[in-house]
Amino acid sequence: MSNTSAKDDKFSRAPVSQRPMVVPTQEGGIGGQVSVTIDSVDVKVPLGTTILDAARSIGIRIPTLCYHEDLCIAGVCRVCVVEVEGQRTLQAACAYPITAPTKVKTHTRKVRQARRHIIDLLLSNHYGECYTCSRNNNCELQSLAKEYGVDFFRFGHPTEPRFEIDDSSHSVIRDMNKCVLCRRCVRTCIDMQEVGVLEAVYRGADTRICTFQDKPLADVICINCGQCINRCPTGALRANDPTDDVWAAIDDPTKHVIIQTAPSPRAAIGECFGLEPGVPLTFEMNTALKLCGFDRVFDTNFTADLTIIEEGVELLLRLKKALVDKDPSISLPQFTSCSPGWVKYIEHFYPEYLPNLSSAKSPQQMFGAVIKTYYAQMHNIDPKDIVCVALMPCSAKKFECNRPEMTSSGFKDIDYGLTSRELAKMISEAGIDLPKLHKSPFDDPFGTATGSGVIFGATGGVMEAALRSVIEIVTGIRVEEIFEHADIIPVRGFEGVKYAELKIEKVGPVPDLLKGLFTDFNWLLGATLKVGICHGTANAKKVMEDIKAGGKFSQCHFIEFMACPGGCLGGGGQPIPTSPAIREARARAIYAEDSAYTVRKSHENPDIVKIYTEFFKEGPCSHLSHHLLHTHYTPRGKYIAE
Amino acid sequence: MLVTERERLRDDIKAWSQTFGTERNALIPILQEVQKKYSNISQYAMQVIADVLDIHPVEVYSVVSFYSFLNDKPKGKYVIRLCQTISCDMQGKDRVARQLENDLGITFGETTPDGKFSLEFANCLGMCDQGPAMLINDQVYTHVTPEKVHDILENIRRTFGVFALETKEGHH
Ligand code: SF4
Ligand code: SF4
Ligand code: SF4
Ligand code: FES
Ligand code: FES
Repeated sequence: MSNTSAKDDKFSRAPVSQRPMVVPTQEGGIGGQVSVTIDSVDVKVPLGTTILDAARSIGIRIPTLCYHEDLCIAGVCRVCVVEVEGQRTLQAACAYPITAPTKVKTHTRKVRQARRHIIDLLLSNHYGECYTCSRNNNCELQSLAKEYGVDFFRFGHPTEPRFEIDDSSHSVIRDMNKCVLCRRCVRTCIDMQEVGVLEAVYRGADTRICTFQDKPLADVICINCGQCINRCPTGALRANDPTDDVWAAIDDPTKHVIIQTAPSPRAAIGECFGLEPGVPLTFEMNTALKLCGFDRVFDTNFTADLTIIEEGVELLLRLKKALVDKDPSISLPQFTSCSPGWVKYIEHFYPEYLPNLSSAKSPQQMFGAVIKTYYAQMHNIDPKDIVCVALMPCSAKKFECNRPEMTSSGFKDIDYGLTSRELAKMISEAGIDLPKLHKSPFDDPFGTATGSGVIFGATGGVMEAALRSVIEIVTGIRVEEIFEHADIIPVRGFEGVKYAELKIEKVGPVPDLLKGLFTDFNWLLGATLKVGICHGTANAKKVMEDIKAGGKFSQCHFIEFMACPGGCLGGGGQPIPTSPAIREARARAIYAEDSAYTVRKSHENPDIVKIYTEFFKEGPCSHLSHHLLHTHYTPRGKYIAE
Repeated sequence: MLVTERERLRDDIKAWSQTFGTERNALIPILQEVQKKYSNISQYAMQVIADVLDIHPVEVYSVVSFYSFLNDKPKGKYVIRLCQTISCDMQGKDRVARQLENDLGITFGETTPDGKFSLEFANCLGMCDQGPAMLINDQVYTHVTPEKVHDILENIRRTFGVFALETKEGHH
């Protein structure tokens, strides 16, 4: 722990007087340890540790509801109450920092009764039936009720809904009848994402979680990231689930149903089947998808590679126009555009920077456009009979595929966005025990993908993939000679904001693919490529503010932005729960898959080479590729209409 | 809202943020100023305030909805707040309430059609020893009886427009 005070954090939202004191620990140099006795077990913990953390460190379980590892402490639900010697009333363990020797009892009669009453009171306000609920069997309220043996509704149970369900959004559905007012969504949306859609409004018994002026979610500024869903302990927030439509398409014999699967769901879906986080089920999932009845199973990594080529070439073109032609209208740094949450964020909060956003579509949308044109022609299928489903870790992808501009194939490029959770449901519905299945490969023609596509799932992955290709294309040197195993370690890891530099000391000949665009790369000789990476839109805000102020990120050439913490592997459609440890385990699975690939660089993917010789004959960033693989954005601004 | 009115509002909020600062703790003083001058805090005002303080509109809305003395909808020129807390309740607030409703022809939570009076309940006003207590805009009335209600209202009606109780630039 650092021993600088949190008061120095200029990004904190709280007024200086209310910012937390960071208690210096022994590791930090000053400060010290304090002894605490919890249920007669003695333990020494750093000064300022909460009772909850101290108890966890010695394996004592205290139930929680509003507490979440990713979020600041709220202390509002009181489910975690314990008895603290010398205190007249019960104390919330999650919000009680130990600053003096303390004696705590965690399950006295008084404590158990209080917790039971709190749960009874929550249920007396909770309208919903578990068997019709999206969170049945994965609900923290349900588990608490079970743990505390709730066998009747002591304070009653509502029989009528109090609120209308808000299903205006393509991505997130709000059913406030099931809300327990834990405010995790509020803290997620404000502190973690800096979007600020939700807050507790009114007071006392009237308190509820609301959007601005109680407007439908689709009418306020929501980036559809779904991070609130992942942290809601109940079924009050859920994703807009298209599985019925997908089943209907599968059951319709006239439809050719295609599913593409993104890298992150395969690293996490095992969690829905009781596996530890971090066990990838890529090829078992292919088998399951076939068993469910999908006609073709493709790998989104293919278009991730395509994205790298298009976006990488776009970057080189921008650099050339800026450095050689001195064209003042060129916007740098270039921003990545594959995270639809981030795209909506910038459209709302920094519309003046939209020219910086790469015009390349996300891999999901590129796939749809390629399927309904190239693939349809190749197999002589009428594109109107093709149903494109995208398995994504993401709830914002549902909004993205419904954007009106995403129809360049002449049809809706992607028909349905499915999340990891929804696919897990379909697989169980089909009676399949996923982890026990045999493995199957992806279908051709988009079966070959590279490791570069896989790592799109982790923060820093797009940057690493782009660098692998750009470095080789420009320098002619194999990346392996610069970075061992082509692992570009400086851009990896979960730090919120990262920065890296790379000097270009040699340039090579222009590869065939780009001969139409460049004659040589001499203009890049000696240049230092500067890149930035961030994840979670609160971090994106820091980077954008730095750029506005002319700081070091304004000097970057290329910046990767991911709306979700950890990148896509922490997406709003991933299995619930989530925590830093779970996300790290998923990242390990993704990087392990990357190193298992023989081809690890997008431009070396033989199918990519093929699509540029057969279909996008004029090469990357050309007329046809612009039409199908690139898009435009809408400056939305942040004013919420009355 | 007219464009010019919006501009005026925005300039005012900017000016108040000069006085009170742009930290989060400037929120309540700025809200009070807006309410004092414009009689209510519009959706537009909330968004401008959020912008100036670098917070989110929904946070401003949360605060406005929390305090009964801040309102986001236009209210009557005279806001009558009757204490509903236990001491006043025991001292006969119900009868006063009924008299107010009869006299004004509206129920609690409503505003008279002419936009002159709004009627609402408040919690303890700190006048428990002199209940039932009532506030009309900034003025406290104690020991209110149904008989007095009529006189008080008549008094106000007679002095519309010039009486000091009136909030500035009331909304119609
Ligand atoms: S939110 Fe939880 S407790 Fe409520 S109905 Fe759903 S599963 Fe049951
Ligand atoms: S989806 Fe994201 S932006 Fe929308 S309310 Fe949830 S956390 Fe906020
Ligand atoms: S919607 Fe979910 S996360 Fe938000 S307060 Fe309600 S229960 Fe908690
Ligand atoms: S978990 Fe401690 S108060 Fe909610
Ligand atoms: S109870 Fe009415 S003023 Fe205190």
